[in-house]
Amino acid sequence: MIDVIDLRKSYGNLEVLKGINLTINKGEKIAIIGPSGSGKSTFLRCLNCLEDPTSGSIIFEGVDIADPKVDINIHRRHMGMVFQQFNLFNNKTVIDNIMLAPVHIGIQDLRQKKIKNQFIKLRNLFSREKKELYPITASSTDIKNQARENALRLLKRIGLEDKANVYPSTLSGGQKQRIAIIRALAMNPKVMLFDEPTSALDPEMVGEVLDLIRQLADEGMTMVIVTHEMGFAREVATRVLFMDDGKIVEDNTPEEIFTNPQNPRTKEFLSKVL
Amino acid sequence: MGNFDKKLEKFWDIFYEHQGYVKVITGLENTLKIAVVGLAIGIVIGTLIAIVRVLPKYRTLPRVLNGFCTFYVGLFRGTPIVVQLLVAYYVALPLLGVKMTALNVCILVFGLNSGAYVSEIMRSGILSVDPGQMEAGRALGLSYRVTMMKIVVPQAVKNILPTLGNEFIALIKETSVVSFVGAADLYVAFNYIGSNSYEFMVPYLVMALIYIVLVAIAALLVRLMERSLRKSDRRN
Repeated sequence: MIDVIDLRKSYGNLEVLKGINLTINKGEKIAIIGPSGSGKSTFLRCLNCLEDPTSGSIIFEGVDIADPKVDINIHRRHMGMVFQQFNLFNNKTVIDNIMLAPVHIGIQDLRQKKIKNQFIKLRNLFSREKKELYPITASSTDIKNQARENALRLLKRIGLEDKANVYPSTLSGGQKQRIAIIRALAMNPKVMLFDEPTSALDPEMVGEVLDLIRQLADEGMTMVIVTHEMGFAREVATRVLFMDDGKIVEDNTPEEIFTNPQNPRTKEFLSKVL
Repeated sequence: MGNFDKKLEKFWDIFYEHQGYVKVITGLENTLKIAVVGLAIGIVIGTLIAIVRVLPKYRTLPRVLNGFCTFYVGLFRGTPIVVQLLVAYYVALPLLGVKMTALNVCILVFGLNSGAYVSEIMRSGILSVDPGQMEAGRALGLSYRVTMMKIVVPQAVKNILPTLGNEFIALIKETSVVSFVGAADLYVAFNYIGSNSYEFMVPYLVMALIYIVLVAIAALLVRLMERSLRKSDRRN
């Protein structure tokens, strides 16, 4: 599903990612662990080009999204991302946070289809071969209503439907993060990227967020999680990557990594954190 | 103080009996028009310039635009507004062969001038918004422009509203120089009353009071607006 080929990232003279190769298959749950400064978050942020890779390719569904000529916005719709600091839109209510992107992108697509249809109609007047118009199935009101229904369904799923019309500043960290997760889900992503989703939470709220991520995993969502929750990585992940100094040092099943680490650096790291 | 009664009488005579108040109302109208429309133009120009100035500068186009904006801000902050009015009215318009009323020239110049100041205010506002907001928008597949206009700028405006209110108040007061190019503002109206009654004390006193009241109303409006924008914060 995602092929990362010799990915490198430098800030000035500092090389943070030193050639990463990785294949992520559909349905895999990959946990990335490692000491701070090892490039875990940078790598995750390169996967949807929030950080532009310095060199290398990221092939997502057959397209190299690291190529600056590619319209990254189209591909990002299929990659959900959850941040350490939640990053809910502060000036929007909860439901608007969830609806904003689906509504905006739906209406933008609709507008583009209509414009293209006008061109096709004009062409059809003059040419014998009649080209078919793009089917327009929903009006902009339909798009909004569908997005609202979907947002409410997702809110109900996490038990926060009564918070639909409040602003994020009134929510707890755990609530914010769960809403950030369903905001990403509202775009029906094919892969979810989690950047230390529980690191900014109070201890008693970590559980509710991990439960939601676990549910998504059980439903078969492909995901990549940068985390410090070793227990969670071990339980949920199908594959664990240990990163150190900008490289993937060890790549194995959770059982192998946690009980029988091969690399001395992995051993040292795990002996400190477990 | 017996003297003052007589002065008041003279003022009232011209102001009321000889319809001086018509001029005052026109002057007030023009003052407000220049300040309000000027600020509106300023906000539009200022926001555009601010966005250009915070744009990532990998490509050539943003660099060129940025250079132009720096020049623009330097030009309008580097010269007094009176000079800008005079140059616009007596130099630029005749050279371009454009016909415009003095009032419209004033509105335009005040708009361009305040655009330069608002751009710096807006830029600091945009920089005060957490970069995570932009990242979250981009990660959802929204473009830079859409995230900027729907997420970042509204939050920036909320943060800078007090400063923007300051700019509006400054603008109201600065309009008192528009008589340099012959636009009829409050000063022109009260000067007319003064010269017709040969008595300037009361007209100018009343003029000062009107400015104070205008500014107080503007301050109140800003505060009300701030309160309604703060509803997304818990502290209000």
